[in-house]
Amino acid sequence: MSTYWKANQRRLAPWLFLAPGLLMFAVYVIIPIFQSMWISFYDWDGLGEATWVGTANYAEMSSDPNMVTSFKNNIIWLALYLLAVPAGLFIAIFLNQTVTGIRLYKSLFFFPFVISQVVVGLIFSWFYAPGFGLFYKVIEFFTGTGVAILADPDLVTYGIIAAGLWPQIAYVMILYLTGLNNVSPDQVEAARLDGAKGWRMLWYVILPQLRPATFIAVVVTVIGALRSFDLVSIMTAGGPFGSSRVLSYYMYETALSEYGYRMGYGAAIAVVLFAIMMVFISGFIWKMWRDETER
Amino acid sequence: MVHKLTGAFALGAALMLSTAAFAQQRVLTFTTDNNDPAPKAAWEQLVADFEAENPDIDVQMNIMDREGYKTAIRNFLTTDPPDVANWYPANRMKPFVDAGLFLDISDVYTENGLDKQLASTMPIVTQDGKQWMIPYTYYQWGIYYNKSVYEQVGATVPTTWDEFIANCEKFKAAGIDCLTTGSSQLWPTAGIFDYLNLRTNGYEFHKALTNGEIPWTDDRVRATFAEWAKVVPYTTANHAAIDWQDAVPLIVQGKAANYVMGNFAVAAFKEGGMTNDTLGFLPFPTINPDVPRAEEAPTDAVFIPAGAKNVPDAKKFMAFVARADVQTKLNEALGQLPVNSGSKVGDDPFLQAGFQLLSTTPGGIAQFFDRDAPAEMAKAGMEGFQQFMIQPDQLDAILTRLEQVRGQVYK
Amino acid sequence: MFPRPIQQRSQAAQWIYSIALPLALILWLFPLLGVAVTSVRPASDLAQGNYFGIPSYLAFENYADVFRNTPMLQYIRNSFIVTIPTVIGAVALSLMTGFALAVYRFKANLLIFFMFVAGNFVPFQILMVPVRDMTLNLGLYNTYAGLALFHIAFQTGFCTLFMRNFIKALPFELIEAARVEGVAEWRIFWFIVLPLMRPAIAALSVLIFTFIWNDFFWATVLTTSPDAQPITAGLSSLNGQWVAAWNLVSAGSILAALPPVAMFFLMQKHFIAGLTLGAVK
Repeated sequence: MSTYWKANQRRLAPWLFLAPGLLMFAVYVIIPIFQSMWISFYDWDGLGEATWVGTANYAEMSSDPNMVTSFKNNIIWLALYLLAVPAGLFIAIFLNQTVTGIRLYKSLFFFPFVISQVVVGLIFSWFYAPGFGLFYKVIEFFTGTGVAILADPDLVTYGIIAAGLWPQIAYVMILYLTGLNNVSPDQVEAARLDGAKGWRMLWYVILPQLRPATFIAVVVTVIGALRSFDLVSIMTAGGPFGSSRVLSYYMYETALSEYGYRMGYGAAIAVVLFAIMMVFISGFIWKMWRDETER
Repeated sequence: MVHKLTGAFALGAALMLSTAAFAQQRVLTFTTDNNDPAPKAAWEQLVADFEAENPDIDVQMNIMDREGYKTAIRNFLTTDPPDVANWYPANRMKPFVDAGLFLDISDVYTENGLDKQLASTMPIVTQDGKQWMIPYTYYQWGIYYNKSVYEQVGATVPTTWDEFIANCEKFKAAGIDCLTTGSSQLWPTAGIFDYLNLRTNGYEFHKALTNGEIPWTDDRVRATFAEWAKVVPYTTANHAAIDWQDAVPLIVQGKAANYVMGNFAVAAFKEGGMTNDTLGFLPFPTINPDVPRAEEAPTDAVFIPAGAKNVPDAKKFMAFVARADVQTKLNEALGQLPVNSGSKVGDDPFLQAGFQLLSTTPGGIAQFFDRDAPAEMAKAGMEGFQQFMIQPDQLDAILTRLEQVRGQVYK
Repeated sequence: MFPRPIQQRSQAAQWIYSIALPLALILWLFPLLGVAVTSVRPASDLAQGNYFGIPSYLAFENYADVFRNTPMLQYIRNSFIVTIPTVIGAVALSLMTGFALAVYRFKANLLIFFMFVAGNFVPFQILMVPVRDMTLNLGLYNTYAGLALFHIAFQTGFCTLFMRNFIKALPFELIEAARVEGVAEWRIFWFIVLPLMRPAIAALSVLIFTFIWNDFFWATVLTTSPDAQPITAGLSSLNGQWVAAWNLVSAGSILAALPPVAMFFLMQKHFIAGLTLGAVK
């Protein structure tokens, strides 16, 4: 051990600790992002030589109706997925009691989140199945004719989102349950003495204290909505006739599915999705940055 | 611990023995997606026969899942190619041939006189004037129907499309779907389109359309869709939510009458309890009597990857698979039709019907929409077909869309 | 203390609550219960249209069928072989990165930290083509290592966020005191910080276990055959084969869900602690 090490170990240590993690992360995450951007300027079938096409892939995108459908569906996903936040809050409030067995209730309500989305997708496919699915039967019972949600181009996306909301609401619920645990009882008591109750209490006293939970809930819900791949893939593979495509699935479909040989175009779609997500990620990072530097 | 040691020793000894015994053997690796029990057994038998004839070659078969294979092939061809593998000819082989991943096997054709024996399929295995694949099986498409429901409503087996549609009215009155399918995987819709198009416009038109030479907005394409529109109201309503196998019970249980399918479906119908007495096969009815009858019969084939390590033995294997007697035996086990003109066709009535149909066709034999058209066009086309079956009023939008894709795909 | 404890409400309200609670739960888990029941429903019931009634008998043979006729056992094994090294790898790497980012002050500190955080949120699709290519070129396509290496790298992002914040909350005086004593940096990490990290390691381990077990996208992109396919991808390809055999699909689904569910119930406290990190200040 040289004296150099002794003198500089405080300066060198962080880099040695960082090295393995940083290396892996750079190789598998950071560098591929730029590689994808690069590939998006090529026409490449993943087999032979790639040809430089400049921005042709991006130009094609603007007139690609599949892109429009995917984009529209992504917006629907985003908007409806955010319903998980109030719904999760509602369930959390409902469960925030101290009666016997409530812990078990809470874990069981949380259950859907632990299950793989593949399984959730299969469960809901069964639920919607035409002819014998429970949902189909219930609709048939009330209206006389059943609705095959997953075969209906206008309803299919909503059907998939409903499946996605199930675990997402559970996730948000657990965030709020933890948040509610930390709500200051003094403030609540004080507000009660002032005559606050019900909605007013929730809005003016509780919600401000739940802000960190709300923030995380919104972040994970937005990211979850934009990442929606598993359910679309399992439940419909984008169908019928591409009506339930979202960007993340369309990208995979273009680049790697049975009929998809367009790595370049796929990469371009991924870049667009990345750009959309970056808006939200930047917002998140910006807030974290503020919190960090304030400390 | 002792057990482990003796086990290891025994294994080592066995390995040494086997290498000693087979020191002269050359290895031939064969990757295939025939993972269903019957095709798997058929191929294992073929490999055993090949090894018996060539004791110096040891064929190592690697069987993969059928769906996964479709994407896996791109990976193993570029990274770790086997000596032999199977795939589909025509446009499905094109990206690989273009990328230089297939080996030119024209010499296998000339040396074994295969251009004569496999004459019927020469066009689909030929690209850039060379042959790339050896076809070993094909099967007809057509309409499979439930004989009992035909009797029940008093319908006669149609020979023309008008008769077929007239029957639909009878089926509808009895609460039976005249035509069924499961379109969630899209390709079954292409079978319907292809046949309507072959009957309306003929084989040459099909070829030109899938080659991108005809606009989708052409009136002749519209004529095909106009015929299709006639049967849409009589088609199983929720077809988009189910797979092709899900629609099989509808025929079996008599809830639907007709199914446009490939001959491989016969096994599924029979598994569901149908017999040669209750299951019928009829050639797709005539629409325009002036159009020579053409049929649809997809072909499967084997090839040698460009990166194969043992090319001489792989070529031996190719020649073997092409042989008349080998194809007879293989297809008997597969329950399909041999390609070699010198082979014999099995006794099964559906096979005989198919062979009869295909060997007498005056118009030509189409592969299948997704093999004749390039991948991207095929995908867009099949989505269009499915959409038409759900929203027939959207035809203009669908055709405009397909025409746009055509503009991008064929350059 | 929000809402007002039910005990302070009227007798009627308490009654209503005690009825509403189980009812809501049943409604909430209805799809799951349906699948659980279907998984023990004999195929003959389904054939006769008995989809919702009581199964004519408990057909555990569905499970036996799944194990006997499919590579389910292999899939489950694959999932464990991919998941466990990933958990160990990601936790080990992030202990170090988290330590580096929490304890040392240097210029690029926040930048690197935010890079990890941001990277953790990027869409998988932007990584797909290059990561697949790299895995192919390394000869790791369709292997455990190919999948696990990617997961380790990617999860390091989230784990670093977690570990760094956890270490940041430890009393810094401990480290200061050790430094005054002249303890080497790696010894501080090993002997002082690491022993305090047990709860964080436990929390992250269960969380990462669940994430990786449930991963479907990368399983689809990086593996193709039952030799290496984890259960999510395996279940998806089996679903293609078991058309309409909902009893088998259900049994397979339950099997796929079991390990993370067991993990959750065994380590519930840690799981929730991990998940809700940041939900409270």
